[in-house]
Amino acid sequence: MTRTNDIILRTTTTLIAFILLGFSIYLFFAGHNKPGGGFIGGLMTSAAFVLMYMAYGFRSLQKILPINFRFVIPVGLIIAVATGIGSFIFGEPFLSQTFAYFQLPVLGKTELATALLFDLGVYLTVIGVTMTIILTIANDRGEER
Amino acid sequence: MEQILDVTQSLIEYTTLICITGVAASVIILLYRAIKGPTNPDRAVALDIIGINLMALAGLIAILLVTTKFNDVILLIGILLFIGTVALAKFLEKGVIIERDMD
Repeated sequence: MTRTNDIILRTTTTLIAFILLGFSIYLFFAGHNKPGGGFIGGLMTSAAFVLMYMAYGFRSLQKILPINFRFVIPVGLIIAVATGIGSFIFGEPFLSQTFAYFQLPVLGKTELATALLFDLGVYLTVIGVTMTIILTIANDRGEER
Repeated sequence: MEQILDVTQSLIEYTTLICITGVAASVIILLYRAIKGPTNPDRAVALDIIGINLMALAGLIAILLVTTKFNDVILLIGILLFIGTVALAKFLEKGVIIERDMD
């Protein structure tokens, strides 16, 4: 069998992965008012990672992204629970949220909501779970991970 | 003038409804292919085209409901389909999707 040639896939991946990461950040910040949010943003980010894994292989991505995605899951869960517990400080029920408008230097008048912090936890958890599932399925030889 | 506007609006509505029926019928036929399909590549390609029809349905419903909120959804389905198509093509050609060593 002749050696397969995937230069088109590799070249487009360098472009499209960045477009996907940008779109995921847009979706993440569009959440809680418009379509978007932490879950679908994390799904987009892991889609970009999976595309890079498909184009460049396991070994080289371990060098580029030296992250063990299993440790991302508890970090996200801790952030999500901590934002829920943080509402106890102000004497509010669990997971209650608020928002306010601020005058930021570059962005102008911006709405900042505490739901964004909860979304950050969801975002990290979704990335961790999705990448763990896909990478575990992808190498099923029982090799070292 | 008012009457022309009414006619064009109902024209758009009826056209969209007819298109939705056609796309939905093709989704049902593709479901048959995805379940019955003799070989695995048949099933994979059928699932791919079901996704494309899903994009078309989302766009048509966005026209019917006169909203722009569906645009993100359509783009999202398109991106996930692209990933799926790349994975499918790689599986058909190499038999493995994520390799350990490329070179």
